[in-house]
Amino acid sequence: MTGRKHAASRRPWTEALWGYAFIAPTGLGLAIFYLWPVLQTAYFSFTEWGAFGGHTWTGLENYTRLIADPEVGRAVLNTLTYTVLGLLGIPLAIVFAALLNRPKLGGVTLYRTAFFLPVVTMPVAVAMLWRWLYNGDYGLINQVLALAGIDGPNWIADPATALYALIVVGVWSSVGYNLIIFLAGMQAIPKELYEAASMDGAGRVRQFFRITLPMLSPTAFFISIVSVIGSLQLFDLVFVMTGSGQAARANPAYSRLQTVVQLFYERAFVTNDRGYAAAIVMALLVLIAVLTVLQFRLQRRWVHYV
Amino acid sequence: MSERRPLGVHAVLIISSLLMVAPFAWQIITSLKTLSSATAVPPTFLPEGRWDNYAKVFDLLPFGEQFLNTVVMAAGRVAGQVLFCSMAAYAFARLRFPGRNLLFGLFLSVLMVPPQLFVIPQYQIMSALGWLNSLQAIIVPGLFSAFGVFLLRQFFLGLPREIEEAARLDGAGPWRIYWSIMLPLARPGLVALAVLTLLWAWNDLFWPLVVNTDPEKMTLSAGLASLQGQYQTDYPVLMAGSLIASLPVIAVFVFLQRQFIQGIAHTGTKG
Repeated sequence: MTGRKHAASRRPWTEALWGYAFIAPTGLGLAIFYLWPVLQTAYFSFTEWGAFGGHTWTGLENYTRLIADPEVGRAVLNTLTYTVLGLLGIPLAIVFAALLNRPKLGGVTLYRTAFFLPVVTMPVAVAMLWRWLYNGDYGLINQVLALAGIDGPNWIADPATALYALIVVGVWSSVGYNLIIFLAGMQAIPKELYEAASMDGAGRVRQFFRITLPMLSPTAFFISIVSVIGSLQLFDLVFVMTGSGQAARANPAYSRLQTVVQLFYERAFVTNDRGYAAAIVMALLVLIAVLTVLQFRLQRRWVHYV
Repeated sequence: MSERRPLGVHAVLIISSLLMVAPFAWQIITSLKTLSSATAVPPTFLPEGRWDNYAKVFDLLPFGEQFLNTVVMAAGRVAGQVLFCSMAAYAFARLRFPGRNLLFGLFLSVLMVPPQLFVIPQYQIMSALGWLNSLQAIIVPGLFSAFGVFLLRQFFLGLPREIEEAARLDGAGPWRIYWSIMLPLARPGLVALAVLTLLWAWNDLFWPLVVNTDPEKMTLSAGLASLQGQYQTDYPVLMAGSLIASLPVIAVFVFLQRQFIQGIAHTGTKG
């Protein structure tokens, strides 16, 4: 009796030590480089930074400045537009996944690779490539349009088209990623459902709307959460398309391309206004939280759990 | 009827695949042109074999150094994450210790915070350590990942307990069990994490851009981005540079397609 008790109390004790030892490297790393910084950023958002790195407490000043700043308003609006219109990529990915999910369809690997190429290509390179395609004078897009007698705009330097041109690149480069997740979701749907449906005389299209789409809605919900969070953090594309500082401001469409994270970058590391930059990312955190909660609220209307 | 329809499906898939690939084809063609033929109106569609554009990239940037920096950074992050994340993931999946759920919750909370919130303090840490413009700066914060712990924990949870119990009865300690039994079994998970970490590390822009401003210490991603505004006009050379910079990950993808796809599918369906 005592021997058993002894063994039972001894093993968990050493096991616990091993447990702590195993999580120690990542635990310390996350604490130092991720958790503590979040608290610090929150603190910085209430401070103003001097030229040589010192900072003084200024209370809510950064936040009142933020609310009144037209540049922030524009950046938020651009980011939200990009985020909402970017969601159009989701139905597109579902359609392509459904086409690829047909049994015994040849060439699936080849198609999948084509869709996946933009996902694995360096975003900076993708942005350079599209900048060239969008070029008003020599860009391939306008040259092709010219063949049809259309005089294309200077896509990313024209305030009317710049943001939409960006959204096209965003959708183009993420559709493959979403497609893979949808394909995995589709392959997890029990075949019996389709067999039963076709015995009842339901055609492919009907099966897609009655079985595939509802069964896929949790996956679509996951992707919409991830895409919204990702879109709200848009930076790479804009940075490469516009650059930063003086050069960027020379682009007539600059105010249509500026995003929240790009503004954060400029304030934090170009103009060294770090307290204000901290307030900008705190606002981003709130924006992400609000939109995520909103999506969780709305999910009851369209997500079906089995 | 169902015999005929795949033709339509193929037609749609072929056209859309071409739309996905065409920009890259144009990139390759442009990278082999002279500047004057790249900007010719109407355009020419034949590549011209100007391979010297690829050499010019190395004059424009310290491209060799940047390539090496990127390789070392990506390799360091992959090795660190695979080791550290698998250790933590194994502990969270299989070892019992007080506060386990609370600590796991803290780890997960990192996943929910947008990365920009870490950047200013991380920059200050690097600056205080005197690490700005160094390889450590681009590697060290990337050694730790809450996502990796989460992904691998799912894998460990799915492995059979019996093997582990047998090893324990044979007197193997937690490290032995982790290292010689669980790690080999979790190999598909480790490869998926390695592949995803490689993709993200190689393509990462924000952090390397912020922390290393000396061109010699930059990564490819930041190096290419820094060309903006300076050499906008020499598109053939820019296209050549972007191609070289993207090629390693594309090559890994082509060889390890299954692992890439598994890793990404896991971020979705098991998340």
